[in-house]
Amino acid sequence: MRAVVPVLTVVAVIVAIWYAAAVWLNAPWARDMAARQDRELGAAELVVDTWSQDKPKLPAPHQVVTELWDTTVEKAVTSKRSLVYHAWVTLSATLAGFGLGTALGFALAVGIVYIRVMDMSVMPWVIASQTIPILAIAPMIIVVLNAVGVSGLLPKAVISMYLSFFPVVVGMVKGLRSPSAMQLDQMRTWNATSAQEFVKLRLPSSMPYLFASLKIAMAASLVGAIVGELPTGAVAGLGARLLAGSYYGQTIQIWSALFMAAAVAAAMVGLIGVLQRVTLRRMGLDR
Amino acid sequence: MTARALVSRAPLVAFQIALGVALVVKGLVSSGVGTALVTLALFAVWIGGTLLNSWLAARPGASRFKAFAIPLVFGLTLLAMWEIAVRGYGVSTVILPPPSAIAVRFSHSLPILWEDFVQTVIKGALSGFVIGCVAALVTAVVVDRFDFLRRGLLPVGNFVAALPIIGIAPILVMWFGFDWQSKAAVVVVMVFFPMLVNTVEGLHDTSAMQRDLMRTYAAGYWTTLFKLRLPAAMPFIFNGLKIASTLALIGAIVAEFFGSPVRGMGFRISTSVGLLALDLVWAEIVVAAIAGSAFYGAIALLEKAVTFWHPSQRGHGH
Repeated sequence: MRAVVPVLTVVAVIVAIWYAAAVWLNAPWARDMAARQDRELGAAELVVDTWSQDKPKLPAPHQVVTELWDTTVEKAVTSKRSLVYHAWVTLSATLAGFGLGTALGFALAVGIVYIRVMDMSVMPWVIASQTIPILAIAPMIIVVLNAVGVSGLLPKAVISMYLSFFPVVVGMVKGLRSPSAMQLDQMRTWNATSAQEFVKLRLPSSMPYLFASLKIAMAASLVGAIVGELPTGAVAGLGARLLAGSYYGQTIQIWSALFMAAAVAAAMVGLIGVLQRVTLRRMGLDR
Repeated sequence: MTARALVSRAPLVAFQIALGVALVVKGLVSSGVGTALVTLALFAVWIGGTLLNSWLAARPGASRFKAFAIPLVFGLTLLAMWEIAVRGYGVSTVILPPPSAIAVRFSHSLPILWEDFVQTVIKGALSGFVIGCVAALVTAVVVDRFDFLRRGLLPVGNFVAALPIIGIAPILVMWFGFDWQSKAAVVVVMVFFPMLVNTVEGLHDTSAMQRDLMRTYAAGYWTTLFKLRLPAAMPFIFNGLKIASTLALIGAIVAEFFGSPVRGMGFRISTSVGLLALDLVWAEIVVAAIAGSAFYGAIALLEKAVTFWHPSQRGHGH
């Protein structure tokens, strides 16, 4: 709890800077409009105007909050104007990709730990695969999969999968190798089969690593789903809201979509954090 | 070698053989001899590559050669399988061009690729990377100086580092215009927080004994910072730099989707997809992969140099 006061202070400072920046960035437009109507703007009027423009360069925080309230609570969840609906579209793709990526990452990690050739041949390519900016080729993947007849949720999930399998592979390889030689010897003296060794020693000791990687994978997966929505022509989802907002200069819409994405990311990562605490406590690994 | 021995000695090859036989039979039954032959060739190459690698891995000695050769064989196997599959099954080049076509396209459009490389990587990603990392380093030193700031900013920074920051790309494109400045701005914001969090953590990574030693030398804040704490933070800083290097490339390319002049890798990729010129898209991907690997590799080399340089420097100094 020692951190509450400093964190609140920092957040308050950020909000204050934001309001100030809104005045600074939106002032030229406000002055311009006033000049056209042949009137002078006083300092107070200027501030009020810059905080309540329709298409500001930087919307003030309260405008974003109002928009968020309007599009989440006031609208029906099924409406296409509801941000909850768009967030759900993105979240479903994120979760599908996250599930696939975790499964793939887990399988690869087991293979890499148990099969020497895979360790030497696959691991360097797993690392190299992440230097390819997959987000950049997202449009191609979407279009090509569409051409093959796969559309909707799956192409986005594929991009999320590609981004999320990497942290899981790296973390799980580390985790599955974390038992010491002495512990492995102990299993051998108990005449454990390699399946038993995996289930009773390697898997439990990899859990802390697994949860740390899952958090990173979830964040990456959400980014993948959002970017995957960009080339589909802005149909639905948070990415589509971003793109539509940038086409029509609806900055308030962009910012509210951004905040929704942040909230989704925080909720998902927080959920994994809770799972982590519960699991590790039951396993007696909690410190 | 009996089947049982094969399974226990090389589970991967056994799996490949089983899958291969099943798919060849399926091809024979449902699509005729030609398809079955392609499947057969595909699996022959795959199993051959795996066996070669198994043999290489089992050979004694020369581990540096093995660390280089085995991934190479694996990569070549994948490329060969890709080529065979695309040509053999008659996949349309609009969906997936074979590697040879990509190589031809790459060599024919070098001027375009170079122009895009300069626009996106040098102007966009690299300048943003440098500005963002330097800003984060300076901020980290300031944050580290004041404990209140550290306790307040670190949780916020950690939170922001997990957010989909790429989403601010449309906003920054609106603010800074279509040219490379807006891409650099996106990169600055993307690399700032991972770099900040890592550096602050690193600056804290000195033991009480080391700090006490500096105090007995009557070293001031700045001396301690430059002689002890910054060097001690180097592993963390390089970790941040590595994360930032991949983020920088992604940020610069994706930001171009929201508007760019008529050059740049992101622009080329999105327009070429529209024109169904997939070989050019893949050529750009090759450029991106090479640039990304080179960037990452350069930082890794620098890290080695610094880590090597550093203890020796400490040995001479105070």
